[in-house]
Amino acid sequence: MVKPVQRLDELVDTEALSPGHSACAGCGAMIAVRQILMAAPRPLIVVNATGCVEVVSTQIPHTAWNIPYIHVAFENAAAVASGVEAALDVLEAKGLGRRHHILVLAGDGGTADIGLQALSGAFERGHRFVYVCYDNEAYMNTGIQRSSLTPLGAWSRTTPAGKLEEKKDLVAIATAHRIPYAATATIFFWKDLVNKVRKAFTFDGPSFIHVYAPCNRGWYFNPAETVRLSKLAVETRYFPLYEVERGVYRINYFVATPKPLEMFLKPQGRFQHLLKPENSHLMEALKQSVDRRWEELVVLSQRGKQAYAAMQG
Amino acid sequence: MQRLHAPVLLSGNDAVALAVKQSDVDVVAAYPITPQTTIVEKLSKYVADGELRARFISVESEHSALSACVGAAAAGARCFTATSSQGLALMHEVMYIAAGMRVPVVMAVANRTLSAPINIHCDHSDIMGSRDSGWVQIFCENVQEAYSRVIQAFRLAEDSRVQLPVAVNLDGFTLSHCYEAVQPLEDEDVRGYLPRRRRVVLDYESPVTMGGLSLPNTYFEIKLEQARALESSKHVFREVVKAYPGEKDGLDVVDVYNPGASVKAVCLGSTAGTLRHVAKTYGFDVGVVNVKLFRPFPREEVLAALSEAGLVAVFDRALSPGAAANPLTSDVKALLYDAGLRKPVWTVVYGLGGRDLTTAVVRKLLEELVEAAYAGRQEARTVYLREVAAW
Ligand SMILES: Cc1ncc(C[n+]2csc(CCOP(=O)(O)OP(=O)(O)O)c2C)c(N)n1
Ligand code: SF4
Ligand SMILES: [Mg+2]
Repeated sequence: MVKPVQRLDELVDTEALSPGHSACAGCGAMIAVRQILMAAPRPLIVVNATGCVEVVSTQIPHTAWNIPYIHVAFENAAAVASGVEAALDVLEAKGLGRRHHILVLAGDGGTADIGLQALSGAFERGHRFVYVCYDNEAYMNTGIQRSSLTPLGAWSRTTPAGKLEEKKDLVAIATAHRIPYAATATIFFWKDLVNKVRKAFTFDGPSFIHVYAPCNRGWYFNPAETVRLSKLAVETRYFPLYEVERGVYRINYFVATPKPLEMFLKPQGRFQHLLKPENSHLMEALKQSVDRRWEELVVLSQRGKQAYAAMQG
Repeated sequence: MQRLHAPVLLSGNDAVALAVKQSDVDVVAAYPITPQTTIVEKLSKYVADGELRARFISVESEHSALSACVGAAAAGARCFTATSSQGLALMHEVMYIAAGMRVPVVMAVANRTLSAPINIHCDHSDIMGSRDSGWVQIFCENVQEAYSRVIQAFRLAEDSRVQLPVAVNLDGFTLSHCYEAVQPLEDEDVRGYLPRRRRVVLDYESPVTMGGLSLPNTYFEIKLEQARALESSKHVFREVVKAYPGEKDGLDVVDVYNPGASVKAVCLGSTAGTLRHVAKTYGFDVGVVNVKLFRPFPREEVLAALSEAGLVAVFDRALSPGAAANPLTSDVKALLYDAGLRKPVWTVVYGLGGRDLTTAVVRKLLEELVEAAYAGRQEARTVYLREVAAW
């Protein structure tokens, strides 16, 4: 067990990601990546899927990366990471190289849609890496098209009247592979995030972290609000913070009295139509889905408590 | 050369697997597909038995197989994959990336046609679909060659002047499942032939960014540099063959039989053996130009072999629907045109979906070719060798 970080100065102080990349001002994904890199152990290799983070940080002949970094394609980050992990494992045994910690960064599209097969394969094979899905709830790099993690009701360029389907439960999918550790996190709760990253790297197998990353460009909000929105997402129970360790669920931030969901939706252009009376049925459906998800989590975490108590004897 | 080992009876796929084992690969990532499957079955057994110190990654798709190889190669590993047909088609995206990222991956392709309709038998449609991916592409005539080429492929791919992925093609079933007496090398000879070379890899001590984004101001130069590396790999290929510690007869970029003949048949892969056999057996004065190195295309050597010919017949085992010519014919015609040589070129389409190329069919065709050449006929023809042998 690693000691939890309490203060900023306990984190890695070298910046693995240089300033001067070309992300939009106030990009939640890049804030998340920076926090993750400050928490991840060294030596570290980053494997990235095609998407905003890759595009804004690797423009030839420049790079924002001060640590080894590889991008291959959109849907195969987990497969590339499998290869890197296997290679260094063998090379170390042969005295030709050494093992590194491996961090995979992929968007919601690169993880939950086109990359799901490669991810599932890698989870099942049990490669040792930490896979982070930074979730900005759409394909941002190609200009805001829906993904399976776009929320119910949200506008995107391919859901012009609002999305009619619910967001996939990514952590449940990950957990169904019986991986040792899966968690959610977001940037406002930085201590929770960095400690989850540190914990994730301690397992001898794949770990998964679903990081909520507000995107002002795609959600249409004031860039100054990025961090506040990540906070509101949690406080409205829209994006609960929890972890699943060896199948045992634990809510890390219990939202006893949630703020009204509207507080989270209102500042965002993508939800404006939901606030209109003629779309109250969509709003209602979204609220119900948020409530149902929370209740499910509470049940799962109670079961988790019992399981934990039983384990303690 | 002193022969320590007696020849062993191996299928094409067994020979490839043995070559990979002796090449001391670190990572094998592969997915089953007929007729390639027994290569990776064998390799997984070598790993399980401790005969090969490697990680065998049983990926969930060919796309991931090649992706894992790119990652492994970037991390410094010597790695291998093998596939056929639909599997190669699924890898298509990553093939271009592997070449663009300059990773020395070696892949065996047991050539098989493409769906639809689904068919497991040999033709060259699969690799022709990835013809322009930037890989070095080698075709083998027999099982011995498949063995030797795989070992040579690692040395070629890892040469700092090349640093490109290499595909070793062997005709599905005709070679992959055909047993021949193979003379393997000693393990030590292979080890000496394939030293570990230093190259840029993912390493925390000297960080590099691989697979970055290129805009129109840089892309053109990067791709030209890559294309030039492929072009010049022909010379390195020659060096690699020259340094090979085993039999190297007939392993040059092209192999020409009966160079003085006026009729020349140009082909890829195992078909060369059939053509030579028929020409010899029935006394046709026909030369056979076996293109061993398909990419980079050995322009000078093929041209030299054809410059005196009166009639050229190019054997294509893949269609390029709607194109001006089928793949190999297209290369040959461009070559002749550039050299200012106007000669009749027949395109002979054969063996699609595994249709057998029997000696009887070849005999009839060679008769026609010799007759046309004798009569001085100048027209180009397209011939489809469709006769079905008795099953
Ligand atoms: C095979 C393939 N299909 C489509 C694309 C185009 N594409 C590039 S990035 C992207 C969306 C990425 O979305 P996400 O994973 O959510 O990352 P984000 O851009 O939001 O950070 C798409 C569709 C591609 N590069 N490759
Ligand atoms: S579009 Fe969104 S995710 Fe992409 S760089 Fe801009 S703020 Fe970040
Ligand atoms: Mg996204």
